[in-house]
Amino acid sequence: MSKGAGSDQSIRPQSPGRLKHYLTAVLVLLLLWGSAVQTDSTFGELIDGLPNMFDLIREMFPPKWSYVLHIADAMLDTIRMALLGTTIGAVAALPVALLCASNLTRTRWIYLPVRFLLNLVRTVPDLLLAAIFVAIFGLGPLPGIFALGVFSFGLIAKLTYEALETIDRGPLEAMTAVGANYSQLIAYSVIPQIQAHFASYVLYTFEINVRAAAILGLVGAGGIGLYYEVTLGYLEYNKTAVIILFTLAIVLVIDYISSKLREKLL
Amino acid sequence: MSKSWNDTIRKPKKSPYRWIIITVIAAVYVWAIAGVPFTGIKETAGQISKAILAGLFSPDWGYVYLPDGEDLLRGLLDTLAISVLGTVISTVICVPFAFWAASNLSRSKLISGSGKMVLSVIRTFPEIIMALLFIKAVGPVAFAGVLALGLHSVGMLGKLFADEIENMDKGPVEALTACGASRLQILWFAVLPQVLPGFLSYMLYRFEINVRSATILGIIGAGGIGTPLIFALSSRSWDRVGIILLGIIVMITLIDWISGALRKKLV
Repeated sequence: MSKGAGSDQSIRPQSPGRLKHYLTAVLVLLLLWGSAVQTDSTFGELIDGLPNMFDLIREMFPPKWSYVLHIADAMLDTIRMALLGTTIGAVAALPVALLCASNLTRTRWIYLPVRFLLNLVRTVPDLLLAAIFVAIFGLGPLPGIFALGVFSFGLIAKLTYEALETIDRGPLEAMTAVGANYSQLIAYSVIPQIQAHFASYVLYTFEINVRAAAILGLVGAGGIGLYYEVTLGYLEYNKTAVIILFTLAIVLVIDYISSKLREKLL
Repeated sequence: MSKSWNDTIRKPKKSPYRWIIITVIAAVYVWAIAGVPFTGIKETAGQISKAILAGLFSPDWGYVYLPDGEDLLRGLLDTLAISVLGTVISTVICVPFAFWAASNLSRSKLISGSGKMVLSVIRTFPEIIMALLFIKAVGPVAFAGVLALGLHSVGMLGKLFADEIENMDKGPVEALTACGASRLQILWFAVLPQVLPGFLSYMLYRFEINVRSATILGIIGAGGIGTPLIFALSSRSWDRVGIILLGIIVMITLIDWISGALRKKLV
């Protein structure tokens, strides 16, 4: 009598409540609906536009391969920009990373504000930086280099300070015990522990910067991006295809070399 | 008599190639620096940077809300809407790609390898180039930006999702196979519950990246806050540049903060 069907139910584990999930789903759907209204996105538009896109892709083939010679210089410029931008960023990032690491800079009111400023720097996308630097310096690769420099600075400084916080305390304590000053401490116990990671982060940033440099030309900051505007403007889609494929090839080659080097480093 | 420490402890040997490496690196830098035209900097560079800084510190507050259309808040809202839609579209598209590329669910390495390859090719296509192509298809509207983000994010999300699937526990899958569940049932009751938190967390992470990308899509006319920024830059209204930059920085910081808090809860 005591073992009725009702008490059997209560022994079984209750399945977790669903209400929260339903509410989340409704919220997400509302968000999606609002976004679609805000951007006037409808799939009808996509289906209407698809033939245009297929036309575009059809006109891209066959690519006009001879155009490669014409844009080779711009491609080299792109790589130069990425290289110099990464270097500027890396040089500037090291001291700031030391300031941000809570195990090397013990004062809270130094490392917290520096980290906050670093976060602010990282919020501005590279193309926006480039647009601003173009307004300041005028057209050419120089604004591109500075834009990439600022962008790499933010990225490398963040990655490096996070690595700095995980270094082994032993060498630091040993150096302090034998009476090393701050610069000796950094040079002999911090740098040797961090250099491989740092070099790997710099290479990684270089990979990102090559991709970024390839589009900076869209705002007039030098490199191969400028030719997208030119060829699309004159409706020479077979040349645009060459630019895209050439950039893809260079990016893949640089990624491959860089990732091999990084494997060797770590 | 004790030996001098020099005899007992040797410095690690240095690589014999190190001079060659140093020379090569130096040559690359000489090549790179020699190719940059340092001339042609506008004389007004100092003045303009001062003006932009002044604009940042005394922004055009009136632009934050204008009753009739194009203002900062609506631009930012557009940007957010583009990134929300782009992220959701790419999440939906990339799930089948992720199962294709995950090596523990497919029968041969060839299948998962080809999936990974497709994803990495998609990844190397910059979103702004995709946006240029979509503008040709649907016109210079925000929808072009949505499609560009939606397609580009598939590359990265697909790879992260595939990694998540590869890292899951095989136990539940084997248990369900043992009691004779169909493939769909295994997917629904053993795979999905395990990977869902990871998927959601990566989706939020990608959303953070997409908000940043969406702010630049406007530069080529694919909607969002980038368009008014470019107009303000070319018409030299620095106080407006200042308020737009401030708006972007505040929005991205807030989004990062909210999304970071949500992701911590998820994992």
